[in-house]
Amino acid sequence: MRGLTRAYLLRRLGMYVLTVWLGSTIIFIVPRLVPGDPVAAMIGRMSQSAGRVENSAEIINAWRARFGLDAPVPIQYVNYLRNAITLDLGYSLAHFPATVRDMVAQAVPWTIGLLAVATVISFIAGNLIGALMAWAPTPRWAKRLLPLSLTFTSIPYFMLAILLVYVFGFGLRLFPISGGYGRGLTLGWNLPYILSVMQHAILPALSIVIASMGYWALGMRGMMITNAGEDYIILARAKGLSPARLFLRYAVRNAVLPQVTALALTLGSIVGGATLVEYLFAYPGMGYLLYQAIVSNDYSLIQGIVFILILATATAVLIIDLVYPFIDPRITYQQR
Amino acid sequence: MAVATVPETLLAPAGLNRWDSPWLNTKFVSGLVMVVAVLLMGLIGTRFWPERLALVASSPINLPPAWVSPNPQFGPPEAAHPLGTESNGRDILAVIITGAPRSFQVGLIAAGIGMLVGILLGFTAGFLGGWVDNVIRTVADSVITIPSLALLILVSSYVRVVDISSMALILAAFSWAGPTRLIRAQVLSLRERGYVRMARLSGISSFDIMFREMLPNMLPYLASSLAGNVAGAILAATSLEALGLGPTRIPTLGMTIFYAISSSAVLRGMWWWWGFPILILIVIFTGLFLMAIGLDEIANPRLRGASADA
Repeated sequence: MRGLTRAYLLRRLGMYVLTVWLGSTIIFIVPRLVPGDPVAAMIGRMSQSAGRVENSAEIINAWRARFGLDAPVPIQYVNYLRNAITLDLGYSLAHFPATVRDMVAQAVPWTIGLLAVATVISFIAGNLIGALMAWAPTPRWAKRLLPLSLTFTSIPYFMLAILLVYVFGFGLRLFPISGGYGRGLTLGWNLPYILSVMQHAILPALSIVIASMGYWALGMRGMMITNAGEDYIILARAKGLSPARLFLRYAVRNAVLPQVTALALTLGSIVGGATLVEYLFAYPGMGYLLYQAIVSNDYSLIQGIVFILILATATAVLIIDLVYPFIDPRITYQQR
Repeated sequence: MAVATVPETLLAPAGLNRWDSPWLNTKFVSGLVMVVAVLLMGLIGTRFWPERLALVASSPINLPPAWVSPNPQFGPPEAAHPLGTESNGRDILAVIITGAPRSFQVGLIAAGIGMLVGILLGFTAGFLGGWVDNVIRTVADSVITIPSLALLILVSSYVRVVDISSMALILAAFSWAGPTRLIRAQVLSLRERGYVRMARLSGISSFDIMFREMLPNMLPYLASSLAGNVAGAILAATSLEALGLGPTRIPTLGMTIFYAISSSAVLRGMWWWWGFPILILIVIFTGLFLMAIGLDEIANPRLRGASADA
């Protein structure tokens, strides 16, 4: 357990619990801040969109009993937290017999697959571009070309996604622009299905990669510049090490470490941005499910998805933070 | 600026002339120009272009921009609607003119409140230290990890947003954590500087040390962070609107994108419907982004020097 002290581990785990608790408490409070109780509010929305709701009194009573809304709020809260811990997220309002957990479970692999691949590609490409921009021996033509890749840095993912849909889906008709796989394919580990999944993932992944790459490049460039004058680089150069080794093992290796921390900090907004990309491409992940839940006023589904998004992001950040001391041996987390 | 023709050597005895001012950073100035241009378009535009054209059914539907050659699919282009109209009978030019200032308004209110809370909490944490610092830092770190858009979607799906200011307030609730973290770190690093120690030795009150000694020294950092946060708040607002969770009567840029998406304007080839709002938003985001980078370089000369030889 090099560098990973028990005190740090406990503190970090405590923060993880705090994050998930804060998020789920907000999810608990928000519906109760709205005038009336959440069930009445749901029925209100339903009747707003559907004209009128049959048997609304019975639905209200049934849901009250289901949610335990007759109980005092503190008891409701304890029950809610207990259910959240066991991932019992209740039933979907719009697709009644289906549980929120099942619906989310179907969507999660799509989102994790898309996000993991896109984030890894963007992280590697962005850091490489940034490192080359700040590296003195980089050829002049490359230094002119590389900043072009930053053009889209400040554009939100979903706006880039609209542009890509227009260019590749409407204009060139090169890639499919909606869904996660072609119709009439058997799901499973067969070649046509896997190819179709990859083909459908290209545009959504591309919009995330292009839009987020510049963020990494800029941070990396700053770190490379800060490290450029350090003694260990000068010594390494004086030793006559090959430029490639100098670049990768000495300069990049040290500069990339803070970028890992930055990854932990921005993961939340990456997840948020990807939600909208999925919605635009009707990609069968959490983001699209969330949009469908919003459209059909499926409040229990919205709450479930939001909870899972918070849980997943917090878990990913926890993992990054716990792995960090192993990739950066300088960090020891001693008590001050 | 009329003195620009005077030889530089006359103005600047020690190689320092007014054009060397760090505030004349190219990125900062070009970003500022972009932001001001969009703001002016909104402020002046409403004088020449009637705002009511942004309402539903105020114009003929589905007209392409005036310079586009007529297409049987859409109506003939009209000079009265230079940027075309959409399927609900809104004039795109009017939508942009009324929408852009609203986006800024949301962003500024939300980021401004977030920044004020951040200054308060950041100074408290950095200056007091101890358990106060621990609590503030831990909560801020937790809030940063939470994907705020997800919670914003939850909040605004219950509280259907009807106006700009309630949208801004909801966004503000999630935009204090970043500034708090940044300011706390700055306070910690400034606290041990000579001039702060000197001030403390002179018996100046903590309040004065914080706000009259340290705060002015952080201004470029704060301005850079504010520019970034305004962009972040506008992005969050636009994202919520693009999902249909925004004010519906007078369209904002994000709501226009939502209408365009839900009427599948992209696949119908009505590029002007979503293209112009996105173009304006891109100018806003790029402008704010350049301002943030420029201000960073103003605050941190090391980055500035490097940009010169890159």
